[in-house]
Amino acid sequence: MATDVLGTPVKRTEDPKFITGKGRYLDDIKLQGMVHMSILRSPYAHANIKSVDTSAAKTMPGVIAVFVGADIPYNPLPMAWPAGGASGLQNNVNTPRVLATDDVKWTGEGVAAVIAETPEQAVDALEAILVDYEPLPTVVDAEKATQSGAPQLHENAPNNIVFDWNVGDKAGTDAAIDKAEVVVRQRIVNQRLIPNPMEVRGDIGWYNPGTEEYTVWMSSQTPHIQRLLLTAFVTGIPEHKVRVIAPDIGGAFGSKIFCYADMALVMFASKAIGGRPVKWVESRRENYQSTIHGRDHITYLEIAGTRDGEVTGLRVKTYANLGGRLSTIGPGIPTTLYGRVLAGPYKFPNVHCEVIGVYTNTTFVDAYRGAGRPEATYVVERAMDLFADEIGMDPAAVRRKNFLPNDAFPYDNPSGLGTAVNGEKVYIDSGNYEPALNKALTMVDYYKLDEKRAEAKARGKLLGVGLSTYIEICGVAPSKWIGAVGEGWGAAMWESANLKVHLTGKIILTMGTQPQGQGHETTYAQIISSELGVPMEDVIVQHSDTLGTPFGYGSYGSRTSSVGSTAAIKAAGKVREKAKRYAAHMLEANVEDIEVDGANYRVKGSPDKVKTIQEIAFAIDLGFSLPDGMEPYLDETAYHDTPNCTFPFGTHIAIVEIDEQTGKVDLVRYVAVDDVGNKINPMIVDGQLHGGIAQGVGQALWEGAIYSDDGQLQSGSMMDYAVPRASWFPNLELDETVTPSPVNPLGVKGVGEAGAIASTAAAANAVIDALSPLGIRHLDMPYTSQTVWRAIQEAKGGAGAKGAADRTNGSNGKGGPA
Amino acid sequence: MVTEHVSLTVNGQRREADVEPRRLLVQLIREDFDLTGTHVGCDTSQCGACTVHVDGQAIKSCTMLAVQADGSNVTTIEGMASGDTLHPLQQGFWEKHGLQCGFCTPGMIMAAADLLARNANPSDDEIRHAIEGNYCRCTGYQNIVAAIREAARTMQAGAAAPAPASSQA
Repeated sequence: MATDVLGTPVKRTEDPKFITGKGRYLDDIKLQGMVHMSILRSPYAHANIKSVDTSAAKTMPGVIAVFVGADIPYNPLPMAWPAGGASGLQNNVNTPRVLATDDVKWTGEGVAAVIAETPEQAVDALEAILVDYEPLPTVVDAEKATQSGAPQLHENAPNNIVFDWNVGDKAGTDAAIDKAEVVVRQRIVNQRLIPNPMEVRGDIGWYNPGTEEYTVWMSSQTPHIQRLLLTAFVTGIPEHKVRVIAPDIGGAFGSKIFCYADMALVMFASKAIGGRPVKWVESRRENYQSTIHGRDHITYLEIAGTRDGEVTGLRVKTYANLGGRLSTIGPGIPTTLYGRVLAGPYKFPNVHCEVIGVYTNTTFVDAYRGAGRPEATYVVERAMDLFADEIGMDPAAVRRKNFLPNDAFPYDNPSGLGTAVNGEKVYIDSGNYEPALNKALTMVDYYKLDEKRAEAKARGKLLGVGLSTYIEICGVAPSKWIGAVGEGWGAAMWESANLKVHLTGKIILTMGTQPQGQGHETTYAQIISSELGVPMEDVIVQHSDTLGTPFGYGSYGSRTSSVGSTAAIKAAGKVREKAKRYAAHMLEANVEDIEVDGANYRVKGSPDKVKTIQEIAFAIDLGFSLPDGMEPYLDETAYHDTPNCTFPFGTHIAIVEIDEQTGKVDLVRYVAVDDVGNKINPMIVDGQLHGGIAQGVGQALWEGAIYSDDGQLQSGSMMDYAVPRASWFPNLELDETVTPSPVNPLGVKGVGEAGAIASTAAAANAVIDALSPLGIRHLDMPYTSQTVWRAIQEAKGGAGAKGAADRTNGSNGKGGPA
Repeated sequence: MVTEHVSLTVNGQRREADVEPRRLLVQLIREDFDLTGTHVGCDTSQCGACTVHVDGQAIKSCTMLAVQADGSNVTTIEGMASGDTLHPLQQGFWEKHGLQCGFCTPGMIMAAADLLARNANPSDDEIRHAIEGNYCRCTGYQNIVAAIREAARTMQAGAAAPAPASSQA
């Protein structure tokens, strides 16, 4: 009898191969006759391509072929999530071609491809390709790109605007701001980030001339989706002639969700050269230029409220930089997943958000861990601190005063969650925000922190405390809400599971979700072990190969535990029901008299009349003797469309010390109290929080993708982009509250992104808190030593703090602090 | 194509190859010797995913030429276990959930093994400092530190680290 492992911190089944170096990542795959591809990338951020001369490259040692854009008869890559969905909002769409033909819009856009026997020969030949570029003026800042006189990237996008989207009640919010007692205004920047999974992207394309079928390996979070996009939208190859396989993936964080040009390129190349497998793996520097970036918002926020701390309005205008051409779901991130959740856990009566999506000569931007929700949390949490500072109220007290009460749910938030266009609406299902806040405050002994401030000051350090009380929306998503009719993601978002109990009692669960380190092979096995009463070691979880498996939407948006697990539970339920019917047949009883206890199917009241699922599987799979109407085999497939998203929440508190002389910021303590509902494996949950927190703090304190005005990515390698290191973090302190989600049978909410969503604001608020005695009200991230040192110098020089908030006292004209 | 002949011991086995002078040690290990447990994570020597031991020291194999390793004793992640017996570090990473995607893990383990050979009882700060040259994007380092701490504890308590394969040459 299997002990119930659900909810326990069992060791991962994935680990033995990884800890012994036997993982099989994309670059580890070696096929007979395999050749290698390199891509020539534009050194200009904006240029017309006058000519490409590949003749010399074609003669270089080992070179089999060289391709340019004109050789490739494929469509441009698809954009599958227009802002505004079915509302008819104008989206001016431009997406990359597989190789650029007429022009390039960012440094790193692919212009030619070399196929050679070895990777070194492929790279060597790039230098022999002659491209005549006509450089054009560039713009990299999203706000500047919309101003008159800015270089125009695309004819169909006047002022470089992709869309102008808004959500919320404009009239109500304008009125609330106009008549407010207190209004604080601030321009804030959520800077561009580079996701930096430790494994870069790569693909292998292999064409079979006999069957005209393709097999494509790709380090991708969405193998089924890419199979569909590459066939139906890009290449025109019949959908059923392509098989996609994702091998072990060395991290992704969103950057491997999308449809990339290299995927189509390896397919094209393999066929063009007669069917040898073609492998392409980017270098890290290539990854920095041609795999998506994240964030990059310029926001004007206005928060209004009463003098005694009640918020009355939030008005936000954001310029969202989407890059030189659109990535697969770029427009959806700063709209649905940002604008619609701006109100956070607070009862703002009035919210309005306008988002302008913008083209610039930079790498395309799309979902990166949190995808819109870190940006929203940063806006509202900075706003709450600015408001608290303005009225002289404790930031914890302001938050508590404005939390949604426990009886507010299901909650139709005024920032637009409940107003999806033409489709289903989504409501925040549950929440209980004060206990997490109280726990976090207790953990840091919040009300005694002034003693710590004084003690730090004596050591020449400015101590700062920052809060982030967040909610987020994940477990994506109900298809009727997010699908083509609703929010604009041009597809559904259900999930699939197939469960087979084989003759010998071994189980294979095949899922359409896609792990990239989250431990799905362990967590799903825990679930099935619990559902069917079998030992975990008898359950194998398979995924990542589209051959013969049900379509699935992959893993992102913290959807696997809510949506994927429910599909698995449904499939297990179908298996259990069939096993019951067969047990009745075997035991010559009525189905209603069979009770299921773990792996045992017994006749009520007759404990010795019992069959195990293993015995049942053996008999059904052989199928010697089946009741009328029953098919052989225990093999059930379920598709699950979630009725709602899920809404994790919590309170994070960061404590920093800033060296007054050097500006160096140290994170000295980090406390996180998260409510992610029930937990399948608490150890794996904690791991996701640790990693997410590290990335979010990374944004606040160290990271940032920097472009020169002429579009050169100056943070072009790991030498210049500050991926956080082990010695930069203290041990993170985690605690929990548990409010089970009503959305799925396990009561889980998902946790993959919550850490990253909460933490940037907590760390940022801590730094600003530390600097506030110097009169500094706001500073843009990252808080490098240089940035902080300059701000301290300016403040001490009396020239006024950088980025000081605009303090306005509303229409009643009462005076306020200068 | 100009090549040089290199001959070295890898995980206790004699291996040889003819390589271009510019070939990196990590390419020799991964491509010529088919030991793909050592990974390439960057091109500027920050990330540490390529960490192996050369003559008893942890080095980044992307920053060493194959020809420089001629005549040396190399241990990779594949040489850390002894048959079915995991090295205490491998066991520690498993017990403490010190890995998620696993890509940084071989390099992390090799760097940690070097640390524990020099300092059998490191503090958390010393552990964090020792792995500064190994990036992880998944774990936030928390459980990696816990794993190395656990391995140090079990090794001090007498858990035998399997004799490294390189010493059997």
